[in-house]
This record gives sequence, C-alpha cells and structure tokens, in this order.
Amino acid sequence: MTHFINLTLNGLASGAVYAALALSLVIIFQATRLVNFALPAFALLAVYVAHTVTQLTGAYWIGFASALGTGLLVGAVSERFIVRPIARTSQLNAIIVTLGLLLVIQGTVGMIWGNEQHGFQYAFSYVGRFSPASVFAVAAVAVVALLLFLLYRFTPLGLRMRAAAHHPEAARLSGVRVGLMLTIGWAIASFIGALAGMLAGPPFISPNVFDVVFVFGITSAVIGGLDNPFGAVLGGMLIGLGMSYVSGYFGSELATLAALVIVVIVLSVRPDGILSRPTARKV
Amino acid sequence: MTSSIAQSGERATTRTAAPEPRTSTKGWKALPLPVRHLALAALALTAVLGLLLATSDMNALRVATVGYTMLAIAGLQLLVGGSGQVSLGHGAFMMIGAYTMALLILHQPMLPLAVNLLVVVGVSVVAGLAVGAATARLHGPYLAGATLVLAVGLPGLTHRYHEVLGGSNGLTIRTAGAPPFLEGIVSTTAWQALVVWTTVVLALALLATISSGRLGRRMRTIRDDETAAAMSGVPVGRTKVVAFVVSAAAGGLAGGLQVYVLGTATPSTFTLALSLTLLAALVLGGIGSLWGALWAAIAMVHLELWASDLARALDLSRDAENNLPIVFFGIVLFLVIRFWPLGVHGALQSLRTRLRPTKTRTSTP
Amino acid sequence: MSGTEPLLEIEGLSAHYGAVRALDNVTLSVPERQLCAILGANGAGKSTLLRTLTGLHPAASGKVKLGGKDITRLPTERAVTHGLAHVPEGGGVIVELTVEENLRLGGIWRGRHDHKAMTEVLEFFPPLVERLDKPAGTLSGGERQMLAIGRALMARPRVLLLDEPSLGLAPLITEQIFTLLRDLRDRTELTVVLVEQNAAGALAVTDHGYVLGQGRVAIEGPSADLLADDRTRHAYLGF
Repeated sequence: MTHFINLTLNGLASGAVYAALALSLVIIFQATRLVNFALPAFALLAVYVAHTVTQLTGAYWIGFASALGTGLLVGAVSERFIVRPIARTSQLNAIIVTLGLLLVIQGTVGMIWGNEQHGFQYAFSYVGRFSPASVFAVAAVAVVALLLFLLYRFTPLGLRMRAAAHHPEAARLSGVRVGLMLTIGWAIASFIGALAGMLAGPPFISPNVFDVVFVFGITSAVIGGLDNPFGAVLGGMLIGLGMSYVSGYFGSELATLAALVIVVIVLSVRPDGILSRPTARKV
Repeated sequence: MTSSIAQSGERATTRTAAPEPRTSTKGWKALPLPVRHLALAALALTAVLGLLLATSDMNALRVATVGYTMLAIAGLQLLVGGSGQVSLGHGAFMMIGAYTMALLILHQPMLPLAVNLLVVVGVSVVAGLAVGAATARLHGPYLAGATLVLAVGLPGLTHRYHEVLGGSNGLTIRTAGAPPFLEGIVSTTAWQALVVWTTVVLALALLATISSGRLGRRMRTIRDDETAAAMSGVPVGRTKVVAFVVSAAAGGLAGGLQVYVLGTATPSTFTLALSLTLLAALVLGGIGSLWGALWAAIAMVHLELWASDLARALDLSRDAENNLPIVFFGIVLFLVIRFWPLGVHGALQSLRTRLRPTKTRTSTP
Repeated sequence: MSGTEPLLEIEGLSAHYGAVRALDNVTLSVPERQLCAILGANGAGKSTLLRTLTGLHPAASGKVKLGGKDITRLPTERAVTHGLAHVPEGGGVIVELTVEENLRLGGIWRGRHDHKAMTEVLEFFPPLVERLDKPAGTLSGGERQMLAIGRALMARPRVLLLDEPSLGLAPLITEQIFTLLRDLRDRTELTVVLVEQNAAGALAVTDHGYVLGQGRVAIEGPSADLLADDRTRHAYLGF
C-alpha cells in the first residue's frame, strides 16, 4: 500500500510537469493551430540562464526569476520574428520551423555551455516521500494553471486573446491587435515552459535533458485534447500517474511504452482527446 | 503529381547528360508509366555507378548513405505529401527494418541479401499495418503526437529485451562485400553503395508508380479534403492505412540497408531527432515530389559534413564543433522555408518555368 | 442632401482580387445620421466596399475620409477607434464566447467596460438579456444578428457598416432588424451604411441608395425615388 501511495505521489509530481508542458502547447495550439516543437528548447535556454545567473549571484530564486523572464522573452521573439513570417505560407512549414528552432537553440546551448551534464539544484529539498520539491512542483503548476484560467476567463486581456484565437477577423474589427495577442500567447506559453523546465531540470541538465519530458508533454496535450487547457492538466496527470504505476510495478524501461499504450487507447476511443468538444465548425 | 514526375524525368535525363534527346519526348510519354519509371531507375543507377567509379571509398559510403536516407524520406514523402498524414515516428520503422536485418544476418547467415531485404519489407509492412490501423482515425497533430511516442518508446525495447536486441550497444554484424570475381575491381564500400542504390532505385520506381496510380490519387483527395473524399466514395480509412504501410515499408527497407552498410544497429541511431530530422529534411527538399526526397537526403548527409569541415577550419572548441552541424541544419532549414516555401524542389521548378519562356522567345525568331 | 459636410467620403476607390477588379473608381458620400443602402447583385462589389473601408481588403487606389480625416490605409484594428464599426457578412459572432463576452469585446478598445452602452444595447435587443451567460453558438440566426449589431454598437461608433444582415433570416426577422436600424438612427447620432441583396426591404427603410454593378456605382438616388422608378427597379434591382 505504501508502495502504491509513493507511486501516486511521484506520479502527481511528474504529472504536474507534463501538465505544465501540455498547457503551454495548448495555449499555442489554440491561438495558432500549430504544435510548438521548440518548447523543450525554450525551457532548456531558460534553465541554462538560471544556472548561470544562480552561479553568478549565488541566489537560486534570482536564477528562477531570470528563467521565467527568459521564457517570456524567447517565446515572444520566436513568434514575432521566426514563426509569424512562415505561418503565412503553410501550417506544416510553421511546424517544421519550430523544429528548426529546436535544433538551433539546442545546438547553441551546447555550443555555449557544452554537451556535458551540469549539476542543477532543486528549489527545495528533494528528500523524503513527498518531498518539499515535489510539493512545490505540484503547487507551482496548480497556481499557474489557476492564474491562467483567471486571466483567460475574467480579464479584458484574456477576452482579447480568446477572441483573437477563435475569430481573428471579428477580433480585429473590434479593435484587437491580433498579432500582439499571438505574441503575448507565445510569451505566456513559453513562460510556463520555462517553469516546467525549472521543475523537471534537476538534478542534472544537458542539452537534450527535456526531449523525453517534452514528448510526454505532447502526449498529455494530445490525450487531453489540444483545444482544451483542462484537458492538458488532466492528460498530464493521467500520463504522470500511469507511467509511475507501470514503472513501479513492471519496470521503468516500460514506462514510455505505457505512455504509448495510453495514447493508443485514449485516442482510439476519442480521436480528438478526452475533453475536446466535437468539431462543430468543420462541416 | 503525375506530370511533375514525368517532367522531372525529362530533367533527369538532361542532368545526368544521358543520351535522351528532347525530340523523343513524344515517344517517351507514350510509354506506360511503370516502364518509364524503370527506365529512369536504370538511368539513375548508371549515374550512381559513374559517380562511384570516379570517386574514393569515403565518398562511396556517403553515396550509400544518401541512397538509403533518400528512400526513407521518399516513404515519408508519400505519407505526408501524398495523404497529408504527418508522422513523427518514421525513424521507428527504420529501426524495425534495421533490427530485422541485423537479426536475420546474425541468426540466418546463409540467407541471400535479397531474401533478407524482402523479409525486412515484410516485417515493416506488418508493423506499418499495426500502427496504421491503430492511428487511422487520428488526424493532424493527434497522429503526430501518437507517432512521436512510438519514435521515443521503441528504442526502449532494446533495453527490455537486452539478450536478443543487445541493449544500448545494439547488434553488430559482418556483411558480405563484393562477390569474389569482382574483388580488386570494386571495393567493398563501393559494392555496398551499388547494392543500396539498386534497391533504392527499384523501390523509388515502385513508389513513383504507386503515387501516380489510383492509390496516389485517392491519397491526394484525402489530403485536400477528407470529408469530400469520403463523400465521393474514397475509402478513407483503408487508403490512409495503405499509405502508412507503404511508407513504413520504405522506411524499414531503408533501415535494413543502413545496417547492411554500417554493420551495426544501435538504439542511439534511431532517436527522436532522427524522426524529426527526416520530416524537416523532407520539407526542406520539397514535399511535392520525389525529387524533394533526393535534395532532402543530400542535405541531411552533406550539411552535417560541411558543418564539421567548417568547424574544423574555424578551429572551434569541441562543444562548438559537435553542435555546429545541427545549428547549421536548423538555420538552413529556416532560410529555405522562409524564402522557398515549397522547398528546394519548388525553388528549382519555379526557376525552370522562369527560364523557359525566355529560351523559346530567343529561339523562335 | 443637407448642407453639412458629409461624414463618410469615398473618392475613386478601387480594389482588386488578384487580376479581378472588385471595385472600380467608386465615389460616394454619406452625410451624418443618414441611413444609406448599398445594393447590387452578387459579386457587384458591395462586401468588398465595406471590407476596403475597414482595411480587411487593401485599397488599390482612391481615398476614404471619415469626418474629414483620411483613413484609407488604416489597419483594421484601428478602424473602430476612428468610429467605424463593421458587422461582417454572417455577423462574425464568436460562437465560443458567451453573449456577454461578445458584447464586451465590442467595447474593449475603450479599455474600461462601458456599462451604459451595455444597458442601451440590451434595451434595443431584449432577447439577448436572458442569454447573456450562454455561449453565442446557442443563439438563433436572428439573435446572432442582433448580437452582432449589438457588439458593433458597444464600440459607440459614428458609422455602422452592416454587411447583409438579412442573410439567411426569415422575412419577418429581416423586417424586424431593418425597423430596428431605423429606430436606432432616430434615437442616436448613428450613421448607417447597409449592404443588402434584399433591395426592396433595404430601400423601404433607408434614406439614400447606391446600386453597384461590376464594381462601379451604376445608379444612385434617394431610396424612395429608386423604389418608385420602375426602370431602375427592373434593370438593377430585379423586382
């Protein structure tokens, strides 16, 4: 029984990270209909900046803040100058460009900081059954998800962003600067990606550290429904818990295959994810 | 695409400077499509042979690499460009093919290569059928997500079944070189490159025939509008699965050839990065035609080499040297897509149409 | 026309779709508080005219002035800040948002939520009141058109541009909407440009009419005259 509880708690902690990544993907997908493959690279850059800042200042939380700031900035710049010019030509091309961005950022990080692993500290102690670090991970993601919900649902900025995502022309006619909303959306999304990176990074970081985590982030978003932020959180928890149980009871090398099985089962029942609404527009 | 392949065919003849005069176009067009594709295949093979005879052993390896990479990308091209299904798990099928090939050579060393390759195709077809059937209802990013997990999850199997699949060290095999009577005339690598290209060229001819046939037409109808395709009687689900299977077979065969050339199959070869790079390279080369796959393969193989050369010439640190190739590839990818949205092939085509009218104008008076 | 300066002035406006000329040297002017109808067959350039006014479609040449100010090259999202509210064809209601959110969106460019405007709009369109927190996708066609117009009014525009509000609506509902427009004009300072295929209905409520044919102004005049003249009716309006 203790084993089960341990696995559940572990699953929640890693699920929180997947949920954050999924949330980040969903925000961008809702606004631009594309999957941002550069997300792990955004997180990577943020985490390395945090690493350097923490080393220079000696203060973890200054590094933490600078990671989040890096996230905001790199998301906004990427949208405005890399993705937007391409998105006009074709959607597949825009997706491929995020792939290109992934390669460039990952390679650049490797060039600057090296390919070898660096030690990277936790925000809090990671010792114990449900360690302070794990509590922090779950709490941070929960708080961010809640703030995001409040932002989108109850603020004028959120209304602008939703209008721009759902019906760009009507939004523009109402005076909404749709391009700006896209940039803000990408900034918020990669802010969340940076947070996920700070949670998933320790104890070691290296240029490919987020590849696998990111795949589970996509998986979570896909099974939850790429159109639905709640689905992203639900999907993250499902994947986190499912993989934790499978690796706990059957061996850790099967965890990835477990994710694959979850995806196949969920999508064969609901091809657009658990919480997606039926596509009413597509007729 | 039928016409684009036929046109490209004409260009191929001029490019390789083979004796195929323009005046024969009429007779050429009159030939049935599979025959034309086979003729082109023979022509391409001649070109490769010439290239191999003219260059060194090191280049032979590159030629071989371009060959099987092109086949893998062509399979993906049929899937993505043809039916519009974006798969991020193409590397997984290469891996299946590679490990099948390695296991065959290890455990059934007496089997001839041709049989091995056929078995590889058979296994890949089965794998493609399974994945295709499981994902037939998915579209767009959902399919991409599911296949992505496949690409990441599959290498894990090699650790799980360590005894059979060799864990992270993978499987190492010895492949046969040139037949005895050619020893001394053709090096092992050159022979391998020739075998690779023979297989690749035959497979490409088949792919070209498929994509200009009924299946290809059905796939493009689905790509353009799935609902409309279904209403006009195209069996959407079946066509998608078949497309997936064909693409998987091409990927698997490419993987098998890779093992044949390199002599090893390791999980670290078939990373997520491979699957993503295959797709990226395809878009870079041009998604609309098999020619795109050629440019894509050349880019995948040679951009990396050039970047390494560049890093060495600039005397960069080891970290910089190791990472320059992917940065370079990413930047080239961005620039190509930014300025030639239809890829290298699209750029060449528009260049050709721009050149053509001026040519006729100067020749008419 | 009265002696006052026209509020909306269009001079020699042209626009293309590729090689196709959609607007060909259109000149017209709308004085303040006028209800003006733009009529014509399908493809005559009516929608393009409105879309060019709010920058959804680029003008090839010509000038648009609003209150004497040149707004020809204004980006779409700035049109509303100059007092142009455009209800596009089909209404452009955002079905994923609630009715209230759609209305709030209309006034969002002012920054602060405009309670007074909201109350006024809901007075004009009582059916919307009890639907405020429902997704706009649940509204009927007539209600959607009301919401679309209501959202435009939330912007407190000087000129309301309406693109075929009668499209797909039952004749009775269409008539209601037309009457509402008249009411609106009478009770506020609003100037309305109404693009319509339903020429009879539109001419019955408007003051002035323009008939477009192949991107040009074919004929214009007071609505009552256009309605009374059999020749124009047969030649251009088809009823």
